[in-house]
Amino acid sequence: MLHRAFPARVSTLYHKDTMTSSAAPEISTSALCRYYQMGSAVVRAVDGVSLTVGHGEFLALLGSSGSGKSTLLNLLAGLDRPTSGAVVVQGRDLARMTPEELARYRRQTAGIVFQAFNLIGSMTVQENVELPLRFAEVERDTRRQRAREALERVGLGARLAHRPAELSGGEQQRAALARALVNRPAVLLADEPTGNLDSHNGEEILKLLREFNRTLEMTVLMVTHERALAERFAQRIVFMADGRMCADGGPQ
Amino acid sequence: MKAQDVLDLAARNLRESLLRNSLTTLGIAVGVASLVAMLSLGIGLQTMASKRLMHSGLFDTVLVSSHRQFRGFGGGMRPQPTETRTLDEAARATIAKLPHVLEVYPEIRFATEVRYAGKPTFANVAGLPPSAAQNEAFEDAQGRFFSGPQAEEAILLADFAKELNPQVASLLGQEIVINYAERQPLSNAAEAGGFSLLRRERQLRVVGIVDREPYSGLRGMAGAGVFIPLQLAESLNVMQPGDLRGLTSAPEAKGRTFENLTVRVASPNDVEQVEDAVKKMDFGALSMLDATRNLQRFFAVLDLFLGIFGSLALAVASLGIINTLVMAILERRREIGIMKAVGASDGDVKRLFFTEAAAMGAVGGALGVLLGWILGRIINLGTNYYLRRQQLPAENLWLVPWWLVAGAIAFSVLVTLISGLYPAARAAKLDPVQALHYE
Repeated sequence: MLHRAFPARVSTLYHKDTMTSSAAPEISTSALCRYYQMGSAVVRAVDGVSLTVGHGEFLALLGSSGSGKSTLLNLLAGLDRPTSGAVVVQGRDLARMTPEELARYRRQTAGIVFQAFNLIGSMTVQENVELPLRFAEVERDTRRQRAREALERVGLGARLAHRPAELSGGEQQRAALARALVNRPAVLLADEPTGNLDSHNGEEILKLLREFNRTLEMTVLMVTHERALAERFAQRIVFMADGRMCADGGPQ
Repeated sequence: MKAQDVLDLAARNLRESLLRNSLTTLGIAVGVASLVAMLSLGIGLQTMASKRLMHSGLFDTVLVSSHRQFRGFGGGMRPQPTETRTLDEAARATIAKLPHVLEVYPEIRFATEVRYAGKPTFANVAGLPPSAAQNEAFEDAQGRFFSGPQAEEAILLADFAKELNPQVASLLGQEIVINYAERQPLSNAAEAGGFSLLRRERQLRVVGIVDREPYSGLRGMAGAGVFIPLQLAESLNVMQPGDLRGLTSAPEAKGRTFENLTVRVASPNDVEQVEDAVKKMDFGALSMLDATRNLQRFFAVLDLFLGIFGSLALAVASLGIINTLVMAILERRREIGIMKAVGASDGDVKRLFFTEAAAMGAVGGALGVLLGWILGRIINLGTNYYLRRQQLPAENLWLVPWWLVAGAIAFSVLVTLISGLYPAARAAKLDPVQALHYE
């Protein structure tokens, strides 16, 4: 697989013991459907998507708004449940998990970044990044240290005590990125991470995503509608329209 | 999530909308305060009433007679000799050793001539047990109670004192002389149980004057104008009306016999036990037990009603909690969505809201108890000011026992937890996708 081509600069702190074999896919969906009831009409947001993503891949999901790409991402993040079909991540089907198991999946296996950053305004940057560790019941001292490391990694080491409102958009998204990776997830899911940013900041975020993908061996799945950025950073591009996959760039 | 983190996040959230949460907490405080106020009023009234009644000597007294049963007055049925057990010093000592018995004393009353400043007057003299010092009659007495159980002192009834000297107060410290007939046992062994009567007189110092007769038993002290310490009265060996019958009907009795004895019990609750024990000894016993039972039932109902009215305010306050928490869910919809997205379980969210409700309940409860207590103090001051104006002794209508404090706080936490059930469940069930879509 592709990540082998890059020098293995894996930090000891972020080293993963559970290296999946390159044969088993990190993520695979089969005949995945998610329908919504909108009044009397049924919206087929995701309609029979079968997608396989290998360990350490950087995949971009492209499509116009309403194509179902964000819904697919929510299904992969365990925030939403499929109407039918399976979502298997690291060998486990999210559709069959209890709410409690799904919550554990969200805090241990998947990290999520949103277009709107979604930082909690009443908390400092450091506290925001510590939040997932609180739910994971990590000791206070370890929590502080790991949050600081994550923030240093995204270049916010000097802004720990600031509130999100005191940061620029780019900085906020980097803080959100730090929050997503602080629990050392195997899969990083990004929903339009550059949508609220100017092109310079957007590029910075994507550089970070690529760095995590390479050095931390995270599988990255990014939803975007900016084709140029996707082509520059992603290894593989999947196009969606009307809830279906219409083209798969395949591993380049 | 760890308990410490739940507390930490809850405290942060409560601080975040400080005004609203403070107002909600204040609502709980007012509810708890009204509950505490109502219940303390009930407890205070009950305590006051039972204290008054205790001091009246009605409810903590058992009257023991030598007959197994008290006969009706009209039936003309005299107790048969076989139904009578002798009430003598030995029986008195046995009764005194029963549990919960404070003291056992005979009723000693005799007619006598009282001389003051050389003038003779007729009066009844009665012995008063030491416990009579707590009797309500002494609350507004002039002078003081006897200095000791054998003190050669007398307390006069104001009405009688007026006959001696219209300037009643000037009698305090003066000497009076009483005449009486002393019962002297015969020295001749063949005449055991018999006695002769000797004329005696005794000088007594007037130490107190009471407006009302100190009621010291079920039989009362009707008609007495002079009271002397009971032990002194006993040592005088005054001839009693019952002595003649004791002599003729109970020749086996050693020493003196009593027509009846008054038993003072530690608390009205112990009356039944003592009464039963006395009946087992084959004596007759009489008490106002049924009256105390009715009184307790009355206060139980009163407390219940006051409690219900107090709880209404707390119910209103709990609606305030539900409102505040439901509002908080709407306001923090996005935050809940974020927490879930980064790994919070439904249980974590539920615990967080629950903790916030409980914290408001605990703080509101403590504040409410304080508020209720202050309210009680103010009402106490007000009523006592009024009572003083009416020249009545001060009363504490308001009593806040520690169990009420603990109970009120526990109750308010319980009520807030129940109020938090619905909002917490609602927050936990929030769909994170919808919550994060909401902008």
